[in-house]
Amino acid sequence: MDKIEGCGSNESPKKKNLKISTFDVNIMSSMDEIALSGSAELPNPLADYEKPGYKMCSYVDKFIQTDAGAIPIIKSKLGKDDLFSTFYVRCGIKRNKYIVVPGLYGIGKPDKNSEVLVTANFKLTFDHLRKQLDDINAWILVLDTKGINVWCAAGKGTFSTLELVRKIKDCNLEKIVDHKRIIVPQLGATGVAARDVKKLSGFRVVDGPIRANDIPAFLKNKRQADKNMRQVTFSLYERFILTPVEIQIVLKPALITALALFIISGFGPGIFSFSSAWERGTISFFALITGIVSGAFVTPMLLPFIPSREFALKGIIAGSIFSIPVLLIISSAISGAAGLFALFLFSVTISSYLAMNFTGATSFTSPSGVEKEMKRYIPVQLASLVISTGLWIYSAF
Amino acid sequence: MKELRYIDDVSTLVLDKEKCIGCSLCTQVCPQAVFEMRDNKANIIDFNACMECGACVNNCPSEAISVSPGVG
Repeated sequence: MDKIEGCGSNESPKKKNLKISTFDVNIMSSMDEIALSGSAELPNPLADYEKPGYKMCSYVDKFIQTDAGAIPIIKSKLGKDDLFSTFYVRCGIKRNKYIVVPGLYGIGKPDKNSEVLVTANFKLTFDHLRKQLDDINAWILVLDTKGINVWCAAGKGTFSTLELVRKIKDCNLEKIVDHKRIIVPQLGATGVAARDVKKLSGFRVVDGPIRANDIPAFLKNKRQADKNMRQVTFSLYERFILTPVEIQIVLKPALITALALFIISGFGPGIFSFSSAWERGTISFFALITGIVSGAFVTPMLLPFIPSREFALKGIIAGSIFSIPVLLIISSAISGAAGLFALFLFSVTISSYLAMNFTGATSFTSPSGVEKEMKRYIPVQLASLVISTGLWIYSAF
Repeated sequence: MKELRYIDDVSTLVLDKEKCIGCSLCTQVCPQAVFEMRDNKANIIDFNACMECGACVNNCPSEAISVSPGVG
């Protein structure tokens, strides 16, 4: 700790900066006094690090001086802004631009013996990590994963050996800590090869726990993870929190589909009727909503309870059960079994397709399995869509 | 994961026990507990839990493991 200059105090940078500010405002000496008296009344620990044109991130608490320069110390508590934006991102709003500047950060009172935790620069990941680190002194090395979480980025190759080695060097990590150890989240192992990191940087990769909330226990236990820390889960909450994005992704294609539904619903004995487009269109729109809710919400939520391993079939089962009460409600507006069956088929197909889509969001599906499923069910879904459209037009006559 | 399982018999995971040097890294990085060490060699104890993430392949020092999913 004593080796880090000015750790916990910002005396030296303040002096430096005062010189600069005097230099800057030399032309108007009166301004000098105002600036000085102002800063004396309201001490701002971040003032020395403010730069024109830059905005201080709300999660930065202060800066500390190290042998490798000033390092921001971040807060472990999430602010109101963080919670609001977490909500937005979970709903799929501005999800692709939710990033933290990659590089080295600190939390608590890190010193030369503190652990180095590696993470991704998706702000949701970053926030999730820091809120678990209350009362922990550590360094946090944020890799440039283009705003993608650790596991996905490891799979796509941005959370990688080369990026980790690059950041270790760019941040002069060997000047920050006396040891040669970095803790990489276990799910990063898909992209990070420990022995190559050692070869290229001298740092030894320790596989950290999968979940950030296990980090305190992991550190207390001398960097040993127990079995549970090493296995992924997919609990009800973990599934639920993904559903808003699933629905958000579907919104645009759903809008286009709805438009098509209203047009198709207009075909009838008089070639095209606007009143029929509106009435029958509205009914088919309900069938669309039923399919979306079933495939993108009900199926993910009830995933372990719906029979079958195949997601497409899970979607068919959930869609069938879910669309029956809905159809019963709207059946009074439909004359004939053909129309009802068309709507049923349509809901079930949408549900099956969206459920299959959810394989991409889970923590346990294999690409080979998904490929097998798609080869089997996409033709079925397409055929079902064609039949239901045909039946729906036929039922208008 | 025991409660949620995907389609059986699809994974392209292959372990060559001859090449295994018993470092046990695969048991550490696998998020699905597919491997277990027995007599200083890695063993596949839950083949159908494999999701082909490639963490074991990437970290195996003796190229004893492979997965080769198609483009998906």
